[in-house]
Amino acid sequence: MRWLLLKDLQILRRSPLLTALLVIYPIVLAVLIGFAVSRGPDKPRVAFFNEIELEEASEGLELGAGGFSQDQAFDQLCERVECVDTDSREEAIAKVEDGDVLAALILPRDFLQRLQDQLAGAGLEPASVEVYVNEDDPIKADLVDDRIRSLITEANLVLSDEISAQLLGYLDVLVEGGEFSIPFLGQTIDVLGLERTERILKDVRSEVSGPRREVLDTVIRFAELAGENLSFADELLGSVAEPIAVEKEVVSGDVPPLDTFAIAVAIAITLMFVTTLLVAGSLALEREENTFTRLTRGLVSRAGLLAEKIGLGTICSIAVALVLLVVLELFVSLDWSRFPLFGIAIVLAGAAFAAMGSAIGVAAREVRASALAAFALTLPIAFLSLVPTGTVSEDVYDAIRIVTGAFPFRPALDALSAGLSPAGELPLNLLHLALLTVAYFALARLTLRRFA
Amino acid sequence: MPSQASTPRKEAAPVVLKVSGLRKSFGEREALRGVEFEVHRGELLAVVGPNGAGKTTMLGILAGIRPPDAGRVETPSGEVGWVPQQAALYRRLTVGENLRLFARLEKVEAPDAAVERMLEQTGLAERRDDQVAELSGGNQQRINIAIGLLADPAVLLLDEPSAGLDPGQRIRLWEFVAGLAKRGTTVIYSTHQIEEATHYGDRLLVLADGESLFDGSFEAMRQAAGASGEVTDPEADFVRFLEKQGH
Ligand SMILES: Nc1ncnc2c1ncn2[C@@H]1O[C@H](COP(=O)(O)OP(=O)(O)O)[C@@H](O)[C@H]1O
Ligand SMILES: [Mg+2]
Repeated sequence: MRWLLLKDLQILRRSPLLTALLVIYPIVLAVLIGFAVSRGPDKPRVAFFNEIELEEASEGLELGAGGFSQDQAFDQLCERVECVDTDSREEAIAKVEDGDVLAALILPRDFLQRLQDQLAGAGLEPASVEVYVNEDDPIKADLVDDRIRSLITEANLVLSDEISAQLLGYLDVLVEGGEFSIPFLGQTIDVLGLERTERILKDVRSEVSGPRREVLDTVIRFAELAGENLSFADELLGSVAEPIAVEKEVVSGDVPPLDTFAIAVAIAITLMFVTTLLVAGSLALEREENTFTRLTRGLVSRAGLLAEKIGLGTICSIAVALVLLVVLELFVSLDWSRFPLFGIAIVLAGAAFAAMGSAIGVAAREVRASALAAFALTLPIAFLSLVPTGTVSEDVYDAIRIVTGAFPFRPALDALSAGLSPAGELPLNLLHLALLTVAYFALARLTLRRFA
Repeated sequence: MPSQASTPRKEAAPVVLKVSGLRKSFGEREALRGVEFEVHRGELLAVVGPNGAGKTTMLGILAGIRPPDAGRVETPSGEVGWVPQQAALYRRLTVGENLRLFARLEKVEAPDAAVERMLEQTGLAERRDDQVAELSGGNQQRINIAIGLLADPAVLLLDEPSAGLDPGQRIRLWEFVAGLAKRGTTVIYSTHQIEEATHYGDRLLVLADGESLFDGSFEAMRQAAGASGEVTDPEADFVRFLEKQGH
């Protein structure tokens, strides 16, 4: 057995293409994944021009506590997109046309004025911002659209809050009476209010009699009713200001962080290709070179030969996964204290992929056919395994889980994720991998009996 | 001029392989139907027959690769060496590595000494560090045979050993095989070329459609076919013999 293993490693060393695949594949994959996880997605570039005069802008809007300030809004926007300051409206639009930026956002001169009017209840036209979008890249344009839209929605929420607060103030004055300053005129007038009206009328009531008193009673009832009902407007307006309240609550925190998941996918895919192909090819090579019969004619048992190939695959899996992890370490810092956990996941995943490779290898009589079969079988399973919950109907999803559960990819992915981060179920997936190893070994053994 | 039965039959030597009532079917197809013969120590037996006669099937059963449906194979002297028709070698390993690997797997007492012995016997000592893929077909076949000889078997089975070799390589191969027989190894080889069998064989076993039609010297076969006088065309004599037997 030992000699067979050494022989296979030697053959591997002398197969430059295979060795290159074994070494280069994980490195390339690790570098790609490393770049992907260490650099967030690019922010879209947006040109920005503000037509509002400086002094006017610095005054901002008088909105009281929790108010809306222009600077704050820009800061928020520039967190979501990369803001490019421009000196004129023309420059901003030219940048969009040149493809320098994806969009231009222009705050028109009358923006603040209109907003003020709106808040004062005197505005007829809503304040608006101008957005110019380059649709050359529809996906990115969509992204910019989304980000600007969400910012404006947020701003609108803040503003409508303010507007309803203002309106409530007016209503209070109407009901309770008090001072009221007329917008723009700056004049202050004293408003009587419904409650005080009611009180005055009640006082007057005792002094009149006959039909006039009846008329007075009607007016008093109106003042009473109006006062009571208008005080409900508070709640009503409050709910209009924020029609949909979002209560976010994290139900299951059992999802591995994106980095970990990406690393687990990288290892699982590497093992899937490298190990399955290697073992299938190595077994098929024994057939192709006619050594299979020579070996199994009393030199090694068939089960022994299968075990040797699975061992070979597992050893190569470990080596390849380690290369991948070490290269990844250059980009992201891995939690090496969890090494025993993801180490076990790598070993068992390698064994399961190797066992599957052995089942493919015994059915193929030549290396090429085995490689083709390995590709054809593993690739769709990997795709299926990566179908996220909720993207297909529940029945289809369950069916996919059953199909993918018969192959090592999904349990390998889950075990690796669980090994690399605290999220997920490790022991169950390890057991799953161990069972698959045994099952594929048995399948390979049965296939051998049929074929030879 | 072909020499018929160059050496006398070694009846006196002990029997090293005895086959009786060998039968084997693949589904409906009967590949062997009751083959019987025995071989003595140091004998060179040529199993001759057209393609599909059952030669490979029979040698495979003698080698223990597959079980017969019926019949017995007795090997009183133990070990049987087997050399498949196509070279069964690791093409990416060197000549020396191939020999050493199989010597170890065969659990030969002194693997390195066995390797040296085979390198010397095959005359490939100077190519020991060359990868098998770089060798000619003839040299590959020599290594193929050498591996069959590693465990020093009493009987060596060779399945069409000369197939695919050029005339020069063939002559060297047969010299090598004749040398083995001289040293006391019993050699059973198959061929579909009667010419070769008459040149390099003490004895012919004619196999056709899974039946052993004849067992004896080439001269005796010619007589059975009704041929006489000078041997001019052994091929024609063989075909006449087969026709006479109804094949
Ligand atoms: N593994 C097999 N499965 C089915 N048929 C076979 C198998 N091996 C041999 N045969 C059939 O048995 C017969 C004898 O084959 P073989 O022993 O290879 O003949 P030879 O070596 O004399 O050319 C042929 O008809 C062949 O088709
Ligand atoms: Mg044959």
